[in-house]
Amino acid sequence: MKKAHLFAAAMLTAVSAMPAHDARADDLTLCWAAWDPANALVELSKDFEAKTGHKMSFEFVPWPNFADRMLNELNSGGKLCDLMIGDSQWIGLGAEAGHYVKLNPFFEKEGISMDDFIPATVTGYAEWPKGTPNYWALPAYADVVGWTYRKDWFSKPELQAEFKEKYGRDLAPPQTLEELKDIATFFQGREIDGKTVYGAAIYTERGSEGITMGVTNALYNYGFKYENPDKPYDLQGYVNSKGAVAGLEFYKALYDCCTPPGSSDWYMSEDIDAYKSGQVALQMNFAFIWPGVNADPNVGGDKSGYFANPAGPDGHFAQLGGQGISVVSYSDHQDAALEYIKWFAQPEIQAKWTAMGGASAMRSVVEAPDFPDKTPFNKAFLESMAIVKDFWAEPSYASLLLSMQDRVHKYVIAGEGTAQEALDGLVEDWTEVFEDDGKL
Amino acid sequence: MSGTTIDHVARATPPKVARRIKGLSDRAIAWIFVAPTIFLLLAINIFPLLWTIYLSFTNYRANRPNAEVSWIGTRNYERILGDADIWLTMQATAHFLFWTLVLQVLIGFTLAWLINQKFKGNDLWTTIIVLPMMLSPAVVGNFWTFLYQPQIGLFNYVVAFLTGADPTSFSMIGDVSLAPWAIVIVDTWMWTPFVMLICLAGLRSIPDSIYEAAECDRASKWRQFWTITVPMVLPFLMLAVLFRGIENFKMFDLVVQLTGGGPGNTTTLTSIDLKREAFEKWRTGYSSAYAIILFVTVFGLASIYVKALNKVKER
Repeated sequence: MKKAHLFAAAMLTAVSAMPAHDARADDLTLCWAAWDPANALVELSKDFEAKTGHKMSFEFVPWPNFADRMLNELNSGGKLCDLMIGDSQWIGLGAEAGHYVKLNPFFEKEGISMDDFIPATVTGYAEWPKGTPNYWALPAYADVVGWTYRKDWFSKPELQAEFKEKYGRDLAPPQTLEELKDIATFFQGREIDGKTVYGAAIYTERGSEGITMGVTNALYNYGFKYENPDKPYDLQGYVNSKGAVAGLEFYKALYDCCTPPGSSDWYMSEDIDAYKSGQVALQMNFAFIWPGVNADPNVGGDKSGYFANPAGPDGHFAQLGGQGISVVSYSDHQDAALEYIKWFAQPEIQAKWTAMGGASAMRSVVEAPDFPDKTPFNKAFLESMAIVKDFWAEPSYASLLLSMQDRVHKYVIAGEGTAQEALDGLVEDWTEVFEDDGKL
Repeated sequence: MSGTTIDHVARATPPKVARRIKGLSDRAIAWIFVAPTIFLLLAINIFPLLWTIYLSFTNYRANRPNAEVSWIGTRNYERILGDADIWLTMQATAHFLFWTLVLQVLIGFTLAWLINQKFKGNDLWTTIIVLPMMLSPAVVGNFWTFLYQPQIGLFNYVVAFLTGADPTSFSMIGDVSLAPWAIVIVDTWMWTPFVMLICLAGLRSIPDSIYEAAECDRASKWRQFWTITVPMVLPFLMLAVLFRGIENFKMFDLVVQLTGGGPGNTTTLTSIDLKREAFEKWRTGYSSAYAIILFVTVFGLASIYVKALNKVKER
């Protein structure tokens, strides 16, 4: 009898120790790019596993192959991914081709409000059509292109004096793109600590999206617009406006004057490598790299500073990065996937997410009074997030993107033709895509 | 017990099967044997080809399975043939094809001729020379990007050592005028051994007696080379050119790893362009037309070449 009691007590203890939802525990697979934040998400998701009993698996693909691999998966109706942290530009395709589950009913049921997130991230990562309250994702990772600079080099008295004499102002983070080019020119080919260094590492990659994500930071600020604000898909005079041409010429001039030799096909990782190895004074890159730079033994801490993309003559914008998290419509575990989103949308999880190396887009996290001073880069991050602009998110975004990659790379890197010809060609390509889509 | 292998097989056929095939004509049995092959050929070669031809006349996009597919006639073909960028990729492919073949034939034949001379360490040298072609193209592409790096690359330092130029003053894969040569150099480095091996087989197939007869006739070494060696190795050489030509026409992996098709589209070969259209832009109808044009081109050129090869063999 005593033994029976003991056994019953043990069973009761074991059962009560099991997660509440164990009876319907699912194996969920989350698909994302292979980068530092993904590792942080793996750690963060252990809390979800412990609380729900669901088991999380992850499919991470390196950035250069991410779009190819994941869009193939979605286009083929694959069941590999239950949750997809897809790029912001995929949202149109995800919605229109039926790859993503529409989340409005779920958000309403669970009381998840998009007002709790940075508005630009809601537009960029969750809405389709843009500007309408139709949500296909929850903002998951807020990111934006910004700049990193060698604070230790900037603070060298001899360099400060020389710069002031040459340009008539202090050697400090630039306020305009022209100032940025001056700084990059100043450092190009200079000998610092016995090593030849260069001005800036910028995006020049051709194969995926690199050079587009870089050049837009100049184009936007010189007056480039994707379309006539009053007439959708009317591109002539907006994509190839005088300002846009000047912006493209600026980016080429920056590439020609101030980048390291052999940087004709560089994107995120190459820029990081160049900066961390002490080759460049300035680095263009998405803000996700900032925690890594700050922690780096060679260039971290006080040696580096961060600033938002500088203004141009016709605006002050920065290229939006980042992603939203969506439930894949082909998943057999949609309920569990929605549970994950519900868990992820909690303010305390979002705060933990940022603390672990993620980048929450939740306002309660980024608008907290102590947020700007928590890290050396939070202020630059907030300034950058306030000026974001994104690429097309149309279902044909891939065609639009690759055309821009080709046209811009040909002009900026290969030096073929003029900026006007490149942008006129881009108008032709994009018009053809929209005609094929029946939008023109 | 006597009889041929066929008798043995016939005796070993189970009676049930034997009864079933009894009365079938030889022709019917032949059909039974070839039917699986024909079925596979139809399923994995002929049907996809016909399907591609059909798609090339439509606006179909594989990433929009629910979208309406319309018949657009020859519009895809007109667009491709009228697109200046596609002609540039054709030019880039022709440049790559021509120079890789010329260099590989010249160097491959020279190496084969040298290796064919009897000397100590002959086998060791052969092994060393064929090593590059045993490597994966992705690996080769990757490490050559490092060799070509202006700041740390060995290639630039060797050129700098030989010419006195600053190693950081030129970028093999970032410069429009150098990038087409950068891919030619790597492909030649990797695949010359293949041409060498085929030429070596040709050289070793020439009987010594022919050279001995030429010696008796007091033919000079130079004359022996042009009247015996070259004509007898030519069919082998042409076969090597055919193999390398077909391979390089569809070259993809090595060049993608090296340059990604850049700078601009200087090294965008047709296969790279086709892949972008088909699986990145998802213009399935358009890329089907593109593939058909390339197929017809390769098929036409290969047919002419094979005819020429057969004529050379018959001589």
